[in-house]
Amino acid sequence: MTEILGVPVAVLSGQLMLGIINGSFYALLSLGLAVIFGLLKIINFAHGAMYMLGAMCTVLMFDAFGVNYWVALFLAPVVVGCFGIVLEYFLLRRIAGQDHIYSLLLTFGIALILQGVLINIYGVSGLRYSMPEVFRGGMNLGFMFLPYYRAWVIVAALLVCFGTWFMIEKTRLGSYLRAGTEDSQLMQGFGINVPLLISLTYGFGVMLAAFAGALAAPIYSVSPVMGSNILIVVFAVVVIGGMGSIAGAVITGLMMGVVEGFTKVFYPEGSAAVIFLVMVVVLLIRPSGLFGKEA
Amino acid sequence: MATTTTQTDIQQSIVKQQKAEQRKKQILNLVLLALLLLAPAVFYPVFLMKILCFALFAVALNLLLGYTGLLSFGHAAFLAAGSYTTGYLLSSFPGVTTEMGIVVGTAASLVLGLGFGLVAIRRQGIYFAMITLALAQLVYFFFVQAPFTGGEDGMHGVPRGYLFGMVDLSDNTAMYYFVLAVFLAGYLLVQRIVGSPFGQVLKAIKQNEPRAVSLGYNVDRYKLMAFVLSAGLAGLAGSVKTVVFQLASLNDAHWHMSGEVILMTLLGGTGTLLGPVVGAGFVVTLEYQLSQGPLGDWVDPILGAIFVLTVLAFRSGIVGEIQNFMRKNMG
Repeated sequence: MTEILGVPVAVLSGQLMLGIINGSFYALLSLGLAVIFGLLKIINFAHGAMYMLGAMCTVLMFDAFGVNYWVALFLAPVVVGCFGIVLEYFLLRRIAGQDHIYSLLLTFGIALILQGVLINIYGVSGLRYSMPEVFRGGMNLGFMFLPYYRAWVIVAALLVCFGTWFMIEKTRLGSYLRAGTEDSQLMQGFGINVPLLISLTYGFGVMLAAFAGALAAPIYSVSPVMGSNILIVVFAVVVIGGMGSIAGAVITGLMMGVVEGFTKVFYPEGSAAVIFLVMVVVLLIRPSGLFGKEA
Repeated sequence: MATTTTQTDIQQSIVKQQKAEQRKKQILNLVLLALLLLAPAVFYPVFLMKILCFALFAVALNLLLGYTGLLSFGHAAFLAAGSYTTGYLLSSFPGVTTEMGIVVGTAASLVLGLGFGLVAIRRQGIYFAMITLALAQLVYFFFVQAPFTGGEDGMHGVPRGYLFGMVDLSDNTAMYYFVLAVFLAGYLLVQRIVGSPFGQVLKAIKQNEPRAVSLGYNVDRYKLMAFVLSAGLAGLAGSVKTVVFQLASLNDAHWHMSGEVILMTLLGGTGTLLGPVVGAGFVVTLEYQLSQGPLGDWVDPILGAIFVLTVLAFRSGIVGEIQNFMRKNMG
């Protein structure tokens, strides 16, 4: 009972837990990428930078104004989301009709600027953010110890993912978004303000990234470089899942987190690489991705 | 009767124009070559060699990005594969000559390019970029953990050795002319590829892939071929770079490097032969100048800003814009 495949259950379930937590972040980030891709047809290379901004915002608002965790969890995504809308309005919009390669390069440039400027101000070593009082400690589940904050991360991420799904699939605004994804020109013909919808969608996708960042602040090291490495993993996740469906993005994100967690138990050296290897295998067997529609 | 004369007249004048243009190009190329040959008298050779290595790297990327329309965000992997292979061979096996090290380094990148290509060409457009980026990250992790790369420290003190057992490459001038020869060979190869029927098919794929398919071309095979060639040339650039600087480091494998070479190509002008060379010269010089001054820590944001400006304001790049300008104003 205490060992599975020669590994203690506590270790295994602990890693499973960490995997689900990492997976929650992958899910939130790939969800944002998918929402933006759906309507704008661009890959937001600045997504990692937005995640980083969300985390930095949370820490800096606390240091400067003593803004508490709950307010920051709401405020950081709003601030970063507004910033995203400004970027969309002044930069991304100008190259809307061009080859998609250019929007990728443009957002890459934006990410370089954001990361580089913040490195110069705050360094790369990472800022401290203390855990909110409520979440100190944890509970013993018998087979493992579950810190409260980690449980909260999973609950919060799943709630936000579900909320996003609900909004897109079940509300009027969501139906506009889905219609725009299918044919934005026709939508414009029906008298819907598509440019505004595009701005809002980009802002919302960026908000999801910033929310993930704020959620990550108490448990991960917060620094200007925290976004770039996770972004490449999320790209792999997106390739694995395909960007066709909201649920697909979330499920793939969680799944890859768990795969990564288990690899840490059985072959620690490979844990950083395993998601990329899964991507290769998926591309060879099913090029359009697990949940992809197009060939 | 009269119409046929006019037609031949027109044809003749077109041929004449083309010849004149070709002559202009030849003269320009000869002037550039003369400048490159004389450059070490004025500039520090090691600095020039750095530009040439990155120029070759960017020329390699341009074969994909500019002529086939594929954006690889993982070319750092090929630079690093060439760089580490050559570095490892030259420092660990005294019997390996410099030119052998470079050839094997290039071959390693060719093989890696084949592997990348087989996976990446299964998707198109933006997915292609993401896949190459992810694969390059995989290679990066490999280099971090592999026992022979020296991990975070990298490989130092790689001997330059003798070229063909005769020319001492520790002399910077000799090294420069060797690097120049390699660069020219790579450049001329790409020029030849682009002008060949094979190159025409690549351009057709870039312009309209479905049409190229419907014309009966095996598009995947052409793309793969272009990818492998590009990877090999990038590896050659990495191999030579290792010999010049006598070191191989993780910087070569980092995604940042992939971004930088895209910037060089884009800034200089994608789809023009000289563009990547100009772009590499510009970026390397800029980085060097910035690192000397008070803005040394601001290289990244400045590169990012150049990226944004280039994409927004002049997508054809420096050389592309000059060509457009000449076409408009000089008939």
